[in-house]
Amino acid sequence: MLTFILRRVGLAISVILATLVATFVVFFAGPSDPAQSLCPENRCNAERLQAIRVNLGLDRPLTVQFVEYFKGLFVGRDFEFAGATNHCGAPCLGFSYHTGRSVNDELFSRFPNTVVLALMAAVIFLIVGVTIGIVAAVRRGTATDRILIGGSQVFGAIPYYILALLFALYMVTFWRVLPQYSSFSEGPGVYFAGMIAPAFILGLVTSTSYTRYTRNSMIETLSMDYVRTARSKGISERRVLVNHGLRAAMGPIVTILGLDIAALLTGTLITEKIFEVDGIGRRALQALFDDDLPVIMGTVLMAAVIVVLANLIVDIGYSFIDPRVRLA
Amino acid sequence: MTATAEQFTTTMGEASQAGDVVLDVDDLSIAFPTEEGLVRAVSNLTYQARLGRTLAIVGESGSGKSVSSMAVLGLHNPKRTQITGSIKLDGQELVGASQATFQKLRSTTAAMVFQDPQSSLHPFHKVGRQIAEAYRAHHSVSKAVAQKRAVEMLDLVGIPTPARRALQFPHEFSGGMRQRAMIALGLVNDPKLLIADEPTTALDVTVQAQILDLINDMQKEFGSAVILITHDLAVVAETADDILVMYAGRGVEKGDAKEVLSQPSHPYTHGLLQSIPSASDDATAELKAIRGAPPSLLNLPSGCSFHPRCDFQKLVGAACIDTLPEWRPTPGLTGRELRCHLEDPVATLQNDEGAK
Repeated sequence: MLTFILRRVGLAISVILATLVATFVVFFAGPSDPAQSLCPENRCNAERLQAIRVNLGLDRPLTVQFVEYFKGLFVGRDFEFAGATNHCGAPCLGFSYHTGRSVNDELFSRFPNTVVLALMAAVIFLIVGVTIGIVAAVRRGTATDRILIGGSQVFGAIPYYILALLFALYMVTFWRVLPQYSSFSEGPGVYFAGMIAPAFILGLVTSTSYTRYTRNSMIETLSMDYVRTARSKGISERRVLVNHGLRAAMGPIVTILGLDIAALLTGTLITEKIFEVDGIGRRALQALFDDDLPVIMGTVLMAAVIVVLANLIVDIGYSFIDPRVRLA
Repeated sequence: MTATAEQFTTTMGEASQAGDVVLDVDDLSIAFPTEEGLVRAVSNLTYQARLGRTLAIVGESGSGKSVSSMAVLGLHNPKRTQITGSIKLDGQELVGASQATFQKLRSTTAAMVFQDPQSSLHPFHKVGRQIAEAYRAHHSVSKAVAQKRAVEMLDLVGIPTPARRALQFPHEFSGGMRQRAMIALGLVNDPKLLIADEPTTALDVTVQAQILDLINDMQKEFGSAVILITHDLAVVAETADDILVMYAGRGVEKGDAKEVLSQPSHPYTHGLLQSIPSASDDATAELKAIRGAPPSLLNLPSGCSFHPRCDFQKLVGAACIDTLPEWRPTPGLTGRELRCHLEDPVATLQNDEGAK
């Protein structure tokens, strides 16, 4: 178990490092110019732009910039801006070029919103997807199965942004069935109520793939000899399906669940944008438009850490689901 | 006087002493509708299983051995299976019975030990818990009491350090130990009928004899009826009291196991026995297989299903092709029955052996 964790941590660090380097290189290799986007529409002359670049430290060689950034992650670093020195403690992600706020603040003030949205959606897609999947598997080949799977496929086939946009327009804007998003500072009641609409549509659409996974996995396990054995014990059919069938079908579902939750936690760009949820995804999108390198780097780093952690949790969790898996 | 009493208990269906009929299968047919047509897995099957006795059901793969016994526990999907005839388990009619009825009798009146203990035990549940679950399904006891019962059962089937073993997963058991655990699971509710479906097929040869001995010992201990489904005639010789030979979903011969094996009267049984290679045989001699292959259950041959493969059909003629032979006492033998048109099957088969 210990060697397993050590190996995984080593792997995690190298994955995160590679992600950071790649983001850095892609950013500088691309046509982005932070100075230009800070001072748009040619309002600044070349000297002014160069001054901004020097100020941001963008004039130095790429390697130096990267080493500085990397150092900041572990020991913190000092920024000199307009004559004043600004200390940024480890793990330092730097300051946004545009807002001047520390990237840590920018991200962590929004992260809870993304977490709430992701978890609410996860509850919805798990309950809806797994339940429909089980029912379809048990009634395999019947009209119920075809209606459930057909309906779920139609739902999954419509582009998500169209569904989400229509849902937002009708349910939130026109008919006002569901309240709009409002920040937590306006009270937890309105905050969570505002999360219902985005979490609902996100969960519902994601549930279609869980319906499919669950149905396939259940059909496979229900044909297993041990399910027949369970039935031959004289336990209730519900117990046969849940304690024996679903228990064995859970493995692949949990694996995908871990990765999906990780993906949602790194920001649900479209959902956050459409429903105006002030989350990580929307902030990252803004940073991309702004050429705001520190914020981009910060979101990428955070996403990498979340994905790597989720993988680790899935692997460890899997050994609890399937006792035959020994972590080594 | 005793005979009348026995007769009485039997007809009342409360099998309680050795020799009483616990399972009475009469004219049972099982078919599965498929896209290609109706698969007739079992046709007009009739047999009885008695307390304290072991009935071996023998036949090739696809002869309907397992299908017929799974029907006793109601393990076929009722929507995809057509069952006609009668299955009386301990006096209770099971053809057309509800799932609730089956749920009550599973494991308590009839239990099953499956072929492959590797795949028949749940890989994610501890062995003790799997046995305890069956006990708790029929007894309102605490988990601790059921677990204690599970450990007792593991001890009874000869698993060393049962308390420790009960807390292990099936993959931590050897093949033979797993099958012992399956038998413990089968017997935990003291069933009147234990159906062992090829219980030794998936096991090492060295372990097979141990498992068969265990089944015999357990039968003595519990006094239950045992149905042993197998294609291995050596297993039958070692374990069974009675035998039913099946071919293409039908019974073709029945009687005392040792008598049938030493003096088969049906050409199919005869062929099965001939096809067993023995170590003393000349290694260069060709194996005597039954020619041809088992028929498709979608399209059974007319008359006697075995006629296309039978070496003796020419002795009888068209009757084999036209008419299904009915059960009749085997000429010249007592306590034996067969389905064959041959006039004197025993003599015919003996002559055949002499000719070779």
